[in-house]
Amino acid sequence: MSPLLRVEDVHIRFGGVVAADGVYLDLEPGESLAIIGPNGAGKTTFLNICTGYLKPTAGRVLFEGNDITGQPPRAIVRLGIARAFQIPQLFLEHSVLDNMLIAAAARTRAWNPFRAMVALPERAEMIGLLRQLGVADTAEQRVDGLPEGVRKLVDVALALALKPRLLLLDEPTSGVSSSEKFQIMDALVQALKNQAVTSVFVEHDMEMVSRYAHRVAVWNGGRVQMVGTPADVLADADVRRDVVGI
Amino acid sequence: MTQLSWLHRTVILALALGVAVMPTLYPWSQVLLTLALAKGLAVLGVVVLLQAGQVSFGHAMFVAIGAYSATFLGRALGGGDLVVVLLGGVLTSVAFGLVIGVFVVRYRYIFFGMLNLAFSMVLFSLLEKFFHITGGSDGLRVLRPTLFGQSLDRATFEGILFYLTLALALGLGWLVHRYLQSPLGQALSAVKSNETRLEYLGVSARHVLLVGYVVSAALCGLGGVIIGLVQGLVTPELGYWVRSGELVFIAILGGASNVTGAFAGALVFEVVRTYAAAFAANIWQMILGGVLLLIVLFAPGGLIALYGNSVKKLFARTRTEP
Ligand SMILES: Nc1ncnc2c1ncn2[C@@H]1O[C@H](COP(=O)(O)OP(=O)(O)O)[C@@H](O)[C@H]1O
Ligand SMILES: [Mg+2]
Repeated sequence: MSPLLRVEDVHIRFGGVVAADGVYLDLEPGESLAIIGPNGAGKTTFLNICTGYLKPTAGRVLFEGNDITGQPPRAIVRLGIARAFQIPQLFLEHSVLDNMLIAAAARTRAWNPFRAMVALPERAEMIGLLRQLGVADTAEQRVDGLPEGVRKLVDVALALALKPRLLLLDEPTSGVSSSEKFQIMDALVQALKNQAVTSVFVEHDMEMVSRYAHRVAVWNGGRVQMVGTPADVLADADVRRDVVGI
Repeated sequence: MTQLSWLHRTVILALALGVAVMPTLYPWSQVLLTLALAKGLAVLGVVVLLQAGQVSFGHAMFVAIGAYSATFLGRALGGGDLVVVLLGGVLTSVAFGLVIGVFVVRYRYIFFGMLNLAFSMVLFSLLEKFFHITGGSDGLRVLRPTLFGQSLDRATFEGILFYLTLALALGLGWLVHRYLQSPLGQALSAVKSNETRLEYLGVSARHVLLVGYVVSAALCGLGGVIIGLVQGLVTPELGYWVRSGELVFIAILGGASNVTGAFAGALVFEVVRTYAAAFAANIWQMILGGVLLLIVLFAPGGLIALYGNSVKKLFARTRTEP
């Protein structure tokens, strides 16, 4: 099977910092890949390059065989790549549900200026997504009054609302209480499986990684240090020393 | 919620009815009200852009573009028809809005505001300089158009223009309200709060803003055509930067987040200005400035928020009573 996403020899640097130093990675359709690595390793930068937020100085990004390098995020999003952010990116002055409805309108191109947003037929679907992520009770609240943990989940829900084929999650449950983490990830992974969504998630919690990832890529100094099954990667002595910290 | 919006609708219709009968009771008020409503249409344009957090300090240029293009058209047609000059003025404003908009929607905040100002100053000086076409600072006389081929005397024309403007204010106010409630209008306020997320939903913030910009140009242009017709004269002063500031002033006075606020603000502004100019000729600007200061300090949501709050209090009180 040809890869859904192929990243070839991607480079980028910020002043003296090399944030991507010849990154190669292939994603198989339907898989769930975890990215681990120390802070500053270039994990977020990798997602920024894949989604067109940053243009690499060298290298290519292919989605379903098509070169998408340097296209703007909105074009890449329309091809079917959605993203949840490490720092939630939400419409702060709107309610949670209105955030979701804007996403639904964006997906279905519901730009008829005389049709009220509250009447969008995707309303129930959006509330369903919020329920899956356990934040349906905040639907009518304005985002700027919500705690960080809830905002993270709303940010993930916004990405899901686009019905992507590839979902990139940057530390999706950081800031979410550890008692809820697994419950939410269970629901999320189930939802991704049902819709056959391929996913990449950056994660620091090794228990989360071994439970939810099919494969793990270890980032270090702007490079992919190792790729393998969670068991293999977590058994590796270098990884245990550099990343896991034991 | 539905109770309130039902109440709002009733209040708006009652006010519109009040405005509609005013000229039959006080004939002198007709011109004043027509001007106020026309200005309200222009302010509504500014209010649309304020949803995206963008303040234009040059929007009077579209008032001037509407007024001058309608006047040129009218003079070329030997008066022309009211419908034709209105459409001509609005379409020209839309065309200019599109061209200028494509350029300015790449900028935000102070740059957006100043670029609009710059365009309006260029237009102002062109209107002054090319006096053999534009009449220079003396301006051009506006020929009275016919209505569906019928020529009208002045009183009839002014009456028709007044009721037409009132109908346009109600109709377009309602349409703009619908637009702002639609996903496209909600995306405008999303431009204000998070362009990154908008982009990552596959939406171009520039396109969203451009639609708003063209809508605002059309509204200002329409207001301009009507102002020109009422005054019987168009001068470059219509597009002067002070006039642009006035539109922003009225938008904030009325309540920047609200369609009704644009018209409420314009009516209050014109009435205060007329009376203050008559009774306190030298200090009317000071009076208006003082009013705005009070609004900004004590009712940042504008006149409409003052009204909204008192309605809410009223409802809260009736509800707590057993
Ligand atoms: N836009 C940017 N401008 C300058 N430096 C950046 C930028 N983005 C990332 N960096 C730097 O690149 C390195 C990698 O950052 P990042 O990809 O955010 O790491 P991670 O997500 O793995 O913690 C860091 O040293 C960071 O400071
Ligand atoms: Mg990061």
